[in-house]
Amino acid sequence: MSLDLSNYRDLALALLPELVLTLAAVVLLLVVAWRHQTRADLRVAAWVAWWGLVAAAVAVWWLWWNTARAAVIPPPVHPPMIAVDDFRFVADWLVLGTAALTVFVSFDYLERESLLVPEYYVLLLFATLGMMLMAGGEDLMMIFLGLELMSVAVYVLAGINRRSAPAAEAALKYFLLGAFASGFLLYGIALAYGATAATNLTLIGVQVTTLGLQKSTMLLIGLGLLLVGFGFKVAAVPFHMWAPDVYDGSPTPVTGYMATAVKAAAFAALFRVLGEAFGAVPAWREIVWWLAVITMLVGNVVALAQRTLKRMLAYSSVAHAGYVLVAVAAGTPAGAAAFVFYLVAYTFMTLAAFALLAAKGRDGERDVRIDDLAGLAQRRPWLAFALAVCMLSLLGFPGTAGFIGKWYILVAATQSGQVPLAAILVLASVISAGYYLPVIMAMYMKPEPFEQAHGGMRLGPLGSIAVAVSVAGLLFFGVRPNRLLDLARTSGAAVRPAPAATSGGGARPTAPKLAGN
Amino acid sequence: MLLAPALSVSAVLFTLGVAGVLLRRNAIVIFMCVELMLNAVNLTFVALAQQLGVAGQLFVLFVMAVAAAEAAVGLAIILAIYRHRHTVNLQNINLLKG
Repeated sequence: MSLDLSNYRDLALALLPELVLTLAAVVLLLVVAWRHQTRADLRVAAWVAWWGLVAAAVAVWWLWWNTARAAVIPPPVHPPMIAVDDFRFVADWLVLGTAALTVFVSFDYLERESLLVPEYYVLLLFATLGMMLMAGGEDLMMIFLGLELMSVAVYVLAGINRRSAPAAEAALKYFLLGAFASGFLLYGIALAYGATAATNLTLIGVQVTTLGLQKSTMLLIGLGLLLVGFGFKVAAVPFHMWAPDVYDGSPTPVTGYMATAVKAAAFAALFRVLGEAFGAVPAWREIVWWLAVITMLVGNVVALAQRTLKRMLAYSSVAHAGYVLVAVAAGTPAGAAAFVFYLVAYTFMTLAAFALLAAKGRDGERDVRIDDLAGLAQRRPWLAFALAVCMLSLLGFPGTAGFIGKWYILVAATQSGQVPLAAILVLASVISAGYYLPVIMAMYMKPEPFEQAHGGMRLGPLGSIAVAVSVAGLLFFGVRPNRLLDLARTSGAAVRPAPAATSGGGARPTAPKLAGN
Repeated sequence: MLLAPALSVSAVLFTLGVAGVLLRRNAIVIFMCVELMLNAVNLTFVALAQQLGVAGQLFVLFVMAVAAAEAAVGLAIILAIYRHRHTVNLQNINLLKG
C-alpha cells in the first residue's frame, strides 16, 4: 500500500495509530472529568486506557500488514513529517506494549497505595502518544514536539503521589533537568537548521552530502548539542545524574515505565536522527563511542555500591543505555538489528523487574534492600523464579533474551571493527554479575529472616499476567530469537540516509550556505 | 543584514542560561534560566528564518507553546515541593541521595 502523504485521506491513514490513541486519550480525559472519586472509577479508567492502547496497536498492525509506505513526493511539495516504515511500526509496538503492561502493573498498585487518581492513565496515554510521534518523526519539529508531549506527561507522572515528599522531589529534579536538556536539544536543532536550511531529516542528510557540510562548525556544534539533549533523555553518563534520584522517588510502576518506554522512545528518535540526517557525518561515531564506554563502566561500577534494589535497578538501567549505545556506534545493518532486538529484550526484563519490586515494597519501595528478598524462593517460588529470570537476562545469561541481545551487539561491534568496544562490553557485563547475582543468592540460598517476612508481598492478577508475559517472552526469545531478529533486521534497515538522487530535488537549490557562526 | 550579531547575542544568552542553571540553587531561578535558554534558541530561529525560509519562524511558535505548557506543569511541581518542604532551595531538597 503506497500512501501519498500530500493528500489528507492518505495522511490520515498513515497517522491512524496516533489518531486512534489521541481519540482514546481525549475520551478517557472526559470520562475521568466526571468520574474520579472511587476505586471503581480507577478501574474503569484503566480498562479504557488499556483498550485504547490495544486499538492503537491494531492500527499499527494494520499498516504493517498492508506494508504501508510513503510514496515518493515530487520536489515542490515539502517532504512528509512522519515516517511510514517498519522501524516506526516496531517502535510503536514496543512503546504501546510497554504502556499496556504498565497499565496492568499499575492496576493493583494504585489501589493498594490509595492513589485514587484516574488522571494517571490519561497521562500515560499522552506520554505514549508523544513517544509514538518521536519514533515516527521524520522532521526535527515533530521529534521535538513528541519529546515534549512525552516529557511533560511523565514529569507529572513522577510526582503523581502528592502525599509523598520524595515523589515531589523526583518530579522537581526530573522537570528541571528535562527542561534543561530540551534547551540543548532545541539549540542543536536550531544550529542544524542554520547549517542545512532544513528541519526534515532526509533533507538534512541530502544537504550535508550535496553541500559538503561534514566539517561545518555550525553543523558539528548542532550535532553535539543534539547528542547532549538525547544523552539526558536516555540517561547516558555523564548526563545521567538525574536518573537514580528520579527513578528512586517515583512510584515504582512509573519508574518501570520511565526506565523502559521513555528510554526506548528517546533511543528510537536518536537512532533515526543519526542514521537519516547525520549518516554522512563521521564525527558522531567517535562521540557515541566514548559515551558508550563511560556509560557502561560508570553505570555498572556505581550499581555495585547500591544497597537498595530500586537504586540498583536505576543504575543498571544507566548501564544498559551504554550497551545500546554500542549498537548505535556500530552503525552497520547488523548494529541496527542488534539495536532493535536489545531494546525489546531490555524493555521486557526491566519492566518485569520493577513490577516485582512494586509487589514487594510499600510507600514507594525505597527501602527494599537486596537482603530483604532472603528466602523468597521457599515462600513464593514463582515470584522468585520470575525475578531470577529477569536478573539473569539483565546479566546476559545464555538461554534468555538478554544474552541473545548482547550477543548480537557484540557481533555487530566486532564486525564493524570496534573490537575494544566489544571487549569493554564483556568486561562491563562481568562487573554487572556482582550486583545481579546477589539478588538470586539472597532469594535461593539464604533463609527467611523471620516468619512471614514476605507475607505482605502481593502482585495482583493483572500484574501477574504482565510479569508472566514478560518472563515468558524473555525465555522464548532466548531460545528462539529468529522471528524477532528478522523483524529487528527489516525494521533497522528502514533507517538509512535517502539516496541523494531520488529526493535530492527536495532541497532548496537556493539555500544559502552559512559557514560557521 | 544582522545575522552574525543576532546569532552571537543568542549564543551569549544561551550560555548565560546554562551558567544560571548550573550555578543558581533556587528552583524558580533555575526555571527562569531554562526559559532564557529557550528564548535564546527562539532568537536564533528568527534570525536564521530571515534567510532560510519560514520553517524557523514556525518553529518559534511551537517552542513558545511548549514553553508555556512546561511552565504550567513546572510551577505546579515547584508548588508541590514547597508544600512538603517549605523551601524551593535545591540545597535543602535532598531526600534522594546515595
